[in-house]
Amino acid sequence: MPYVEDPPAAPVPPEDHPPGESTLALLRRHSGAAVGIAVVLAATVGGFAYVGGFLTPDRLGADKIANALEATGGGAHAGFRRAHAKGICIAGTFTGTAAAARGLSSAGVFDGRPVPVTGRFAEATPDPYAKDPMVGVRSMALRLQPVGGDEWRMAINDTPGLHVSTPEAFYENALASVPDPKTGKPDPAKVAAYLAKHPESAAFLARMKAKPLASGFANDSYNSIDGFLFVAPDGTQRLVRWTMQAEAPFATLTPAARAGRSANYMFEDLLARATTGPLKWRLVATLAQPGDPNRAAEVWPADRPKVDLGELVIDHVESEAMGNCRDINFDPLVLPAGMLPSDDPIPFARSAVYATSFRRRTREHTPPSAVANQSAGTRP
Amino acid sequence: MSASTQRFPLASRILHWGMAVLVLAMLLIGIGMVSTTGPDYYRFLSVHRSIGIAILVLVAIRLINRAINPPPPLPRDLPGWQKALASVSHWLLYGLMIVLPIIGWAMLSAGGYPILVFGVVHLPAILPHDVALFAVLRTLHTVFAVLLFATFLAHLGAALFHGWIRRDGVLESMA
Repeated sequence: MPYVEDPPAAPVPPEDHPPGESTLALLRRHSGAAVGIAVVLAATVGGFAYVGGFLTPDRLGADKIANALEATGGGAHAGFRRAHAKGICIAGTFTGTAAAARGLSSAGVFDGRPVPVTGRFAEATPDPYAKDPMVGVRSMALRLQPVGGDEWRMAINDTPGLHVSTPEAFYENALASVPDPKTGKPDPAKVAAYLAKHPESAAFLARMKAKPLASGFANDSYNSIDGFLFVAPDGTQRLVRWTMQAEAPFATLTPAARAGRSANYMFEDLLARATTGPLKWRLVATLAQPGDPNRAAEVWPADRPKVDLGELVIDHVESEAMGNCRDINFDPLVLPAGMLPSDDPIPFARSAVYATSFRRRTREHTPPSAVANQSAGTRP
Repeated sequence: MSASTQRFPLASRILHWGMAVLVLAMLLIGIGMVSTTGPDYYRFLSVHRSIGIAILVLVAIRLINRAINPPPPLPRDLPGWQKALASVSHWLLYGLMIVLPIIGWAMLSAGGYPILVFGVVHLPAILPHDVALFAVLRTLHTVFAVLLFATFLAHLGAALFHGWIRRDGVLESMA
């Protein structure tokens, strides 16, 4: 047995407990040391409690933001995403424009081979049964799965930027937007106070007012909102945002026409369009110039260089059900090699809050989606 | 008492203290990452996956080392219930060091997540994509992590009890 004996010089611990002494008596005799041990253990627990945020209730954790999102929907809608709750699944292919895209990022998704894609169109509402004419923000979520497992996920919106630039502002805005139980609407005084404090949100709302709303999901374009770093094969890092630019011609509905449409018209239109052939988008990267703000509520000047990265073809649309897009967390920080998070603080918070939303909803029973048992397109 | 002043073999001591640092770091990173929405969330999560797999590999090496180099015996005069507690808590530590990384891996598999470790290695899914399984495993991951923390506290308290109160050479045997 290769035991290593103490070197002879090492002090031999003294015999310090008479035979037959009970452990309690031993502890009493060494009460100072016993207190010392208690202090060490308490300090360890305290250290963990601090790191875990239990001693700093002001720390903005994902649970707080998820709770606030639930409150904006008048309470949690069990089984559904805590944001962008009303959606439908899509599937298709992405094909990168190998040379141009690879000049920007070494990601495998851009190598020119078709990459299978699953995804989701959704409306930015915490209510999975919201009426389509009432929702003004639409989103596209995608999961690109190239051979080799180097996935790229994204969740992108049809908005000109985001209404906030920080998780803290997002949280404040959510709190200010919680409907008053009496009126069912956010308290105008709280909203006004929030906007006075956050001019970037007021500017966003003005841009939203000026932007015509697309008539459907298929002719709408979706923006990355956040800045990400693309890493070229030579290691060069560039700050980019990207857009899924609809190939279908843009069209809009008059507010009156929109108000008269059915509760699920966006989804019914999408299903109808998918039966007539594939839906297509071009993925276009916008390159930041030095000094461009990497803040989600700030737009970059329109003249920034753009690079076509490839084409997305969606040939299948299907109601949310177990096993398709419903069970995917479209975490924007699932990035392939060749892409990195930037110093935009929003994606980190999105990643954390999406994980919390995913954790909550997967524990719950999921009722059927608003648009259930429907599919269209070429795939089974 | 001299029997209990036998030290653990060098390989055992290196594995013990190396893994002590990793496990403590894992517990801190784990509790820290779920409490923040800042950039640390992403950094901690990446590191957490990698250290978890490292611990799984190291605990396998450690069990092999333990079979080759059995630990020195506990002091003969240690009360039986303390010997039993020592044995239970040590096997609990080994068990949790094996189970927690596997649950983490299984949970990410069932959640449909890619599992990237050390920045370059894509681990295969060890369970089908099934969110009901994910939900159960995600809960177990937390429950077992809390249990590991409690066992670690007991281990630390017991080590100091041997070192500061019984002064029987058990703490020194791992030093």
